[in-house]
Amino acid sequence: MSVLHIVNKSPYERNSFDTCLRLAKADSAILLIEDGIYAVQKNSATSSKMEQALGNHPVYALQPDLQARGVNPDNMIDGISLVDYDGFVKLTTEYDRLQSWL
Amino acid sequence: MASKKFLYINRRAPHGSIYAHESLEVVLIGAAFEQAVTLAFIDDGVYQLMQNQDTGGIGVKNFAPTFRALGDYDVNQIYVEQESLELRGLSKDDLIPLTYEDEDDDWAEKDSIHVVSSAELADIIEQQDVILNF
Repeated sequence: MSVLHIVNKSPYERNSFDTCLRLAKADSAILLIEDGIYAVQKNSATSSKMEQALGNHPVYALQPDLQARGVNPDNMIDGISLVDYDGFVKLTTEYDRLQSWL
Repeated sequence: MASKKFLYINRRAPHGSIYAHESLEVVLIGAAFEQAVTLAFIDDGVYQLMQNQDTGGIGVKNFAPTFRALGDYDVNQIYVEQESLELRGLSKDDLIPLTYEDEDDDWAEKDSIHVVSSAELADIIEQQDVILNF
């Protein structure tokens, strides 16, 4: 069974991103939305965790949430894919289960 | 009434909750009462000052441009913690350039944002009469 893990909290304010990484199995994907997108930033305190996660999971981030927060895609860790709302919906249909780490 | 020194501490990211927007509203009201206002941005609060925020895609009001009005309300003591920026892979260049015109210096345009260390910010916190947290 494949799972799409959704994280919507800042990796600096909550431990949702850490818990997601700890409990996501290798065939599952991670989607960052809302304040969760702050985990995409290069050269940050969380970037090594993200680089490690990219070795095990496809990682997606919701583009309108980056744009709203002024996060430049040029400063995004290589390997993360941006999706729009249509892409978000498509991802939810491609996985058997959704797990939102609220 | 003697003027008091007010410090507003902002520790939340801008769009995930209402705190950041509410803080800015309160700051503008406080400034209208001619209190001495200082702002501090710590932890995820530094994200409030990110340049190029465009909330068109998420359907909420973009209040970031309102920060530019602070200088006109004599709110020009804005402190950003260096450690918070570094943890997030950010620098002062990523922040909205906020300025004010200094009436004591022939209206010269000056930076309102000061990036300071934790130790410097600790001193600033100790100098206040009233501290409000958002």
